[in-house]
Amino acid sequence: MIAVIVRVLGVVAAFLTLPLIVGQTEHKVMAHMQARLGPMYAGAFHGWAQLIADGVKFVQKEDVTPRAADRPVFRVAPLVALLPYLVALLFIPLGPRDTLVGQPLDVGLFVVLAVVGVGVVAVLMAAWSSANKYSLLGGLRAAAQLLGYELPFVLAAASVAMAAGTLSLSGIVNAWRPWWLLWQLPALVVFFVAGLAEIRRPPFDMPVADSELVFGYLTEYTGLRFAFFLLAEYVGIVVIAALTTVLFLGGWKGPFDAQLGWLWTLLKVFAVSFVIIWLRVAYPRLREDQLQRLCWLVLVPVALAQLVLTAAVRVA
Amino acid sequence: MTSADILLLALGAVAIGAAFRVVRTSHLVRAGLWLVVTLGAVAGVYLVLAAELVAWVQVLLYVGAVVVLLLFAVMLTRAPIGASADLDRPGWAGALVGGGAALGLGALFVDGYRWQKVGLPAPGTAEALGAQLFQHWVLPFEVLSVLLLAALVGAIVVSRPET
Amino acid sequence: MHPAIPYLTAAVLFGLGVYGVLTRRNAVLLLMAIELLLNAVNLVLVTADATVRAALPDSGQVFALFVIVLAAAEVGVGLALILALYRRRSSIAVDEIPLNEAENEDRSEEVNA
Repeated sequence: MIAVIVRVLGVVAAFLTLPLIVGQTEHKVMAHMQARLGPMYAGAFHGWAQLIADGVKFVQKEDVTPRAADRPVFRVAPLVALLPYLVALLFIPLGPRDTLVGQPLDVGLFVVLAVVGVGVVAVLMAAWSSANKYSLLGGLRAAAQLLGYELPFVLAAASVAMAAGTLSLSGIVNAWRPWWLLWQLPALVVFFVAGLAEIRRPPFDMPVADSELVFGYLTEYTGLRFAFFLLAEYVGIVVIAALTTVLFLGGWKGPFDAQLGWLWTLLKVFAVSFVIIWLRVAYPRLREDQLQRLCWLVLVPVALAQLVLTAAVRVA
Repeated sequence: MTSADILLLALGAVAIGAAFRVVRTSHLVRAGLWLVVTLGAVAGVYLVLAAELVAWVQVLLYVGAVVVLLLFAVMLTRAPIGASADLDRPGWAGALVGGGAALGLGALFVDGYRWQKVGLPAPGTAEALGAQLFQHWVLPFEVLSVLLLAALVGAIVVSRPET
Repeated sequence: MHPAIPYLTAAVLFGLGVYGVLTRRNAVLLLMAIELLLNAVNLVLVTADATVRAALPDSGQVFALFVIVLAAAEVGVGLALILALYRRRSSIAVDEIPLNEAENEDRSEEVNA
């Protein structure tokens, strides 16, 4: 019982620290890629406390609910956005032993995919209850995008599950071999791109496109509730990076992984997060029609072809 | 009363309460959100009944896709914020038939099972379920995939704008 | 575990679904009520699977999976129909759908009637 509580506390701690680290990295990495310095003052040393200062600022702001809004729905939406990612983090294994995962499970992969999919409901809730046409437009775009990209996302994950012959996340890492990097490369690319679209990161941020929709479904949010949505985005980065690591990059596999497994997992998660930040700086936003075309004409066929390849190799 | 019973009672109460709101609320979008609560509670009941895979398929497909499609349609057909006056026909006939169906089915089940106690089955694994699915139920499975394909084609044909 | 509890839950869910199908005028709300019906059926299937030791294990769960997939197909086609209807009439009240051709062609008459 105590072991379970300790593990859950560990997951909550990860939930509270990893997104902040990723957020701070984003500030600094983006700044340096654009030949700026980024935050330099908060906390004295290279602005390390910038996000804490941001948090304090968000707490102080007024919590505005528009008069025309559907109050209860509007107020609950940020929590619904945040909760699925917390649940997803519970099932991601950090190291080879069972003590390093919040809750080992036979159908872990399935649970994580199902739970991440629930996030769409929060977006629709926020979009509709704001009583704002920009919010509604952003929400409809987000729903179309998330429904579409869910398909290649799940198909690519299914390919790995088929290759490993199990739905357990630890089982998949155990079955992983370095040459899978080559063989599962199309699935890796599809999964990563679809994952980016699932968390609506640039270049897939059409739903919040600020040059045309103000800020999409987040337009009416202020203060702490807005901060919750932002936090959800960064936890989303961590979850997608962790899933990519566990499914495709061998999780804790590496030299001395019996002792240092958790370190390898964390390093890989941060490396993938860095790529996610890098893509934001490197690519312009996709137009709505380009976004849908990429999903249905490129990602879905590639994922299906990968599935056929995996099945053929498994049977042979 | 075991802990499983208490969980089943609580989840069942949540499911029924939310389902009542689904069929009674006059807020269009809220009906869809209450449906999410119902489906989640039913998924919880599946978990207690050791049907893990079905529970998570329910979350993935129902909550993640079906409800989102429903909400999408509600918004595309211009749901107003706030109550709509003309969502319902007079309800006495529906209440009569619905209540009759619930009472009849409930009486049937209670008569069949009384207050009898059954041990919970061992948690089912995805592997066992998959073996059943692809050994004994392959033919229905294939028919179902053809049906899905037909539904897909049908939906596209229906939703194409006429020229 | 007393199987009576989930069975009764399913019965009440089914009754509520029937009530919803009979009273709702909005076609999307009708679909939601149908989802309640399907869920009640699934609940019976899964509960039966947990209580009855059948010759084929897990067949109740297999059927529940089938029903969930059917529900997805049903919603896809149903919503396509509803949206087509909305595009044509800008209303999705099920009791205002004209059922014969004559009414369909002359809409003003239908409004007067």
